[in-house]
Amino acid sequence: MTQVIKDSIKAFIIENFLFGDTSYDLQDDASLIENEVIDSTGVLELVAFIEDQFGFVMADADIVPANLDSVARITAFIAKHAEAPALNKMSA
Amino acid sequence: MCGFGGYFGDGVARHDAQPLLHRMVAAIAHRGPDEQGVFAGPAVGLGHARLSIVGLGDGQQPMTHSSGNFTIAFNGEIFNYVELRETLKAQGHVFRTGSDTEVILHLYERMGPDCVSLLNGDFAFAIWDAPQQRMVIARDRMGVRPLFHTTVGKTLYFASEVKALLQVPGVRAEMDPLALDQIFTLWAPIAPRTAFRDIFELEPAHILIADRNGMSIKPYWTLQYPDIGEPAAYADEHIAAEELRALLTDATRIRMRADVPVGSYLSGGLDSSIISALAAPMAPDGLSTFSVTFGSEEHDESAFQLQMAEALGTHHHAVACGDGDIAASFPDVIRFTERPILRTAPAPLYQLSGLVRQKGLKVVLTGEGADEVFAGYDIFKEARVRRFCARQPGSQIRPHLFRKLYAYLPGLKQQSAEYLAAFFGAGDDRLDDPLFSHRPRLRGTAAAKLFFSGDLRQTLAGYDATAELASRLPQDFSRWHPLHQAQYLESRFLLPGYILSSQGDRMAMAHGIEGRFPFLDHRLVEFATRLPPEMKLKGLVEKHILREATKDLLPESIGRRTKQPYRAPDSQSFVGKNERDYVREAFSERGITESGLFNPKAVSKLYQKCSEKPASGYRDNVAFVGILSTQLWQQTFSAAKALGARAA
Repeated sequence: MTQVIKDSIKAFIIENFLFGDTSYDLQDDASLIENEVIDSTGVLELVAFIEDQFGFVMADADIVPANLDSVARITAFIAKHAEAPALNKMSA
Repeated sequence: MCGFGGYFGDGVARHDAQPLLHRMVAAIAHRGPDEQGVFAGPAVGLGHARLSIVGLGDGQQPMTHSSGNFTIAFNGEIFNYVELRETLKAQGHVFRTGSDTEVILHLYERMGPDCVSLLNGDFAFAIWDAPQQRMVIARDRMGVRPLFHTTVGKTLYFASEVKALLQVPGVRAEMDPLALDQIFTLWAPIAPRTAFRDIFELEPAHILIADRNGMSIKPYWTLQYPDIGEPAAYADEHIAAEELRALLTDATRIRMRADVPVGSYLSGGLDSSIISALAAPMAPDGLSTFSVTFGSEEHDESAFQLQMAEALGTHHHAVACGDGDIAASFPDVIRFTERPILRTAPAPLYQLSGLVRQKGLKVVLTGEGADEVFAGYDIFKEARVRRFCARQPGSQIRPHLFRKLYAYLPGLKQQSAEYLAAFFGAGDDRLDDPLFSHRPRLRGTAAAKLFFSGDLRQTLAGYDATAELASRLPQDFSRWHPLHQAQYLESRFLLPGYILSSQGDRMAMAHGIEGRFPFLDHRLVEFATRLPPEMKLKGLVEKHILREATKDLLPESIGRRTKQPYRAPDSQSFVGKNERDYVREAFSERGITESGLFNPKAVSKLYQKCSEKPASGYRDNVAFVGILSTQLWQQTFSAAKALGARAA
């Protein structure tokens, strides 16, 4: 299941922030901010994507780099909070 | 204010001289719609397009000194020409005209190239010095007036705008890849580089001398700040405020000198309101003020403009920058900027100068320069907050100050302290980095290089525009206060490279309008460099000393206004109902592939994203406008493929 989440997040980032540039070496642990992949507006786009895709609403307190600043962190956060139906739908 | 072009060298055959000079002048006729003239001698030529402002009947150019020794082509104004002429008269000089142009000739006769040190003005000129057989070309201290040059064979060509140089056989318009990298990092090329390969800008405060032995370029003035440990030149704020007021009043007074009416731009902000308030009593028939209004609340300042116009009793005129106006003018804007740009902000100023021309004026004062000289920009406050955060990394309280700075940016409003700190690199950037103040902006802008094509990336491999910028800083830079370092970066690079060119001279002169900048009077600039940093940026209150010095001039609501950056709608100006054929063409796979500078697939996705979500973030907007303007630049200027056969 974690791999499904990770693939989904990576695809979103590549499509939306890297504009389809698959040659970019997007490491799971790389900081999205330090590598200029995402800016302040981008964070809000990411949150909207997570909420739409994984069926839960993020609390303000959760919108922090500790949860969202790398593919690995986002994946772990979603795995902890996403509702089962949304995940099942994704893996189906 | 005018435009000129010319050459020095044997590359122009005698029978080609007049036609070439006429072609060069015709290419920049918008700068001087009133008169044209040329001067051609053996191996030397000057052409001039005149906007008559001082000495309406007798200031024709090129002008030759009564001795026949010196001939000048001059763009701009010497504001202290009255005093200089009196001094020269007392020394025995006899004048034939009432123009400031002739004053330069006589001063040159007396002092040679050193005459520039006595000039208070916005100028670029070329003087053919026949006795010495040399061409002397100089540009004003802050870079208000432009001057470009190139060589073909051993002949030097120069002009007020590049489009005049493109009339010279053998001069080609090719994009300089390094310049494009610099624009997509720093917003402007680092002078002397321009967007055009092998065409250079004479840097502000520099003088170029060409003779039979070659060419030398040297600075005649430098922007300097005191060492951080030096005792403050002004310890008493009241004394400093009084001196500032006297200097600014005089700077405005001498910029009201003209044989035609002088108007004033009025943005509704502090700086143009101050200038308008100082100028209003000096305008014999009342002051005309000019503003741009926007439909969107986010950009519009019309309430403040009207309040100020009413308080001063000016003849106020406004032009609305509505939906579609930016897209309608943008190809013309790029034809005049002659370089790719990352924001649309010049476009409404193009409209504004059109309004001034329509109302019959030729000269306007503006408030430009105050933010550089008295530390008005948000970037100065941002750097201070970043240093404040760096004292206690991980603080949950300190980063909230960023939200206060950028209340007008919706993307930041909802961010946590952790994110705010991360976006601004608070605690991460080296405090002794000479570019510390500008690192977040440089990083954020450079992110748009994501769209560069593989070929362009390969050409640029290993190149770092920020390293080049750092290498251009003066030796004593590291001894200056951090605020002064940041002010230097703004004043020395972005001011001439973008504000005074793309937003200033080019947009005004597109309609034959001369902008004058009291805040950039070099006496005021030098005075401000000696002020203690806290008098300029007091805590997080910008331009403190300027507010103190002028508080009796303005309604309280304007005197206390926090800096509202001048911005215009970016990508949303070109999508949806504002979309135009040229925009579709510029972003088409064919158009992008032909230019060879960007990745067609990525650009297509950006276009789609901005079309679907017009309120995209900084990086996407910068990329959108940068790509569009680069494509327009290519179509307008470059017949050849950008990455030509020659190596960078």
